[in-house]
Amino acid sequence: MKSLRVRPLSYTAFLMHRLSGLGLAIFLPLHFFVLAQAIRGESELDRALRLTDSLIVKFAEWGLVVLLTLHLVGGARLLLIEFGPWRGVRSGWITATVITSGVTGFLFLYSLVN
Amino acid sequence: MASTAIAQARAWYWQRISAMVLMVFVFIHLGLILYAMRGGLTAAEILGRTQGNLGLAVFYAVFVLACVIHVPLGLQKIAEEWGGMTPPTAQLLTRGFAALILVLGLTAVWAVTAP
Amino acid sequence: MSTEMSSNNPSLISVRIWRGTAAGGFQRYEVPRAASQTILDVVTYIQRSLDPTLSYRFACRVGMCGSCAMRVNGQARWTCRTHVSKVIDESAELEIAPLANLPIIKDLVTDMTEFFDKWARAKGQFKGDATRQDDFARVKPESAQRRAVDAGIECIGCGVCYSSCDVVAWRPDYLGPAALNRAWTLANDERDTQQLERLRAVAGDAGCHACHSHFSCTERCPKRISPTAGIAGLKKKVGRLAAKGAL
Repeated sequence: MKSLRVRPLSYTAFLMHRLSGLGLAIFLPLHFFVLAQAIRGESELDRALRLTDSLIVKFAEWGLVVLLTLHLVGGARLLLIEFGPWRGVRSGWITATVITSGVTGFLFLYSLVN
Repeated sequence: MASTAIAQARAWYWQRISAMVLMVFVFIHLGLILYAMRGGLTAAEILGRTQGNLGLAVFYAVFVLACVIHVPLGLQKIAEEWGGMTPPTAQLLTRGFAALILVLGLTAVWAVTAP
Repeated sequence: MSTEMSSNNPSLISVRIWRGTAAGGFQRYEVPRAASQTILDVVTYIQRSLDPTLSYRFACRVGMCGSCAMRVNGQARWTCRTHVSKVIDESAELEIAPLANLPIIKDLVTDMTEFFDKWARAKGQFKGDATRQDDFARVKPESAQRRAVDAGIECIGCGVCYSSCDVVAWRPDYLGPAALNRAWTLANDERDTQQLERLRAVAGDAGCHACHSHFSCTERCPKRISPTAGIAGLKKKVGRLAAKGAL
């Protein structure tokens, strides 16, 4: 059977936007909690930060920076669709979302290593 | 019924307004983080930049407030459309989440910027 | 010929057709291929030559009425305007199901009641205050408003967009792309006198604010209408009113 795409590319863009938002929503309280450890003093924050030195956490941080960029650029596309002059599905912005997220992810890795 | 529709219309534009605010803040925040990350990030390095910094305190407090508006509204849609929740249940849950990130967020801002 | 497997015989198509109600299932038929064959031709052949108990809808069979809309290989389309050659590959298999998001009466026939009820709920009817004593309304065809109307006015209520919309599947109350598109054409009709009631009717999560701009409706509409565009326009109109407290 011809596997025709049942849903358009813009649905994938929606999924990327919703799932990245969900991921960020789960991360946010954790992020605030870690930073709030500073209230107990520098050494507490250091302890919390050293916990985040593990590879798993670094990978999660990288993932989150990528999610953030995905959500931001995907959101900009939505704002253009809802408020801007009508230019259809704005597929160029879908491409831009993926590319800038890749760039940000790369920059994050670069900063980690250097 | 009509008042719910009006409330939902307002939620729609508050979501978009907070999104526009967040775009600016996230962009600046990402830039700051990527810059500050060079050479590793210790507590001393973070706090050295942030403690007593009123500008950063205001910046991050507004950032938290924008998140408190934006994140729960997004979660409510997911709760209703994918979580099978009724609007009142979804709203209760996401408002609870809003309170959580408000408290945690402002605490975090205070923790790193208090002199 | 009907017992031969289509995989051995390139002049046969293997067709799975939905039978029964929502609790039914797919049934397989082998249909001879023909030149310029449409999906509607396939369904008609099955009902006339293989299985007279198959129920389906059609009327004009030339792409004007929208009655023959069904899901072909998962995508909602007008079956009279879908050539078999366009949707089939070397495996020569087809899957035909009724439109989604609507109750199934039997086989390929759905109950369109809710589709049209939502149309009415969205205030999808014109209401004017001119009489035969008044002069004609003068509407500039090149005005932005009229161009917005013209872009959406050709809807024939076939249900393809409604079937393709995931938000309709997720939110049973959601008015859907067709009803909202019609509301949009009327919201831009300067002769219409129930603008405020209409914007109230399409506000909220049962209305335009539930749309996430998936564009499935726009992608599938056989009349090349973009309900997504109309819904975005409604969001702006309603948003402005709600902000002013005038909704």
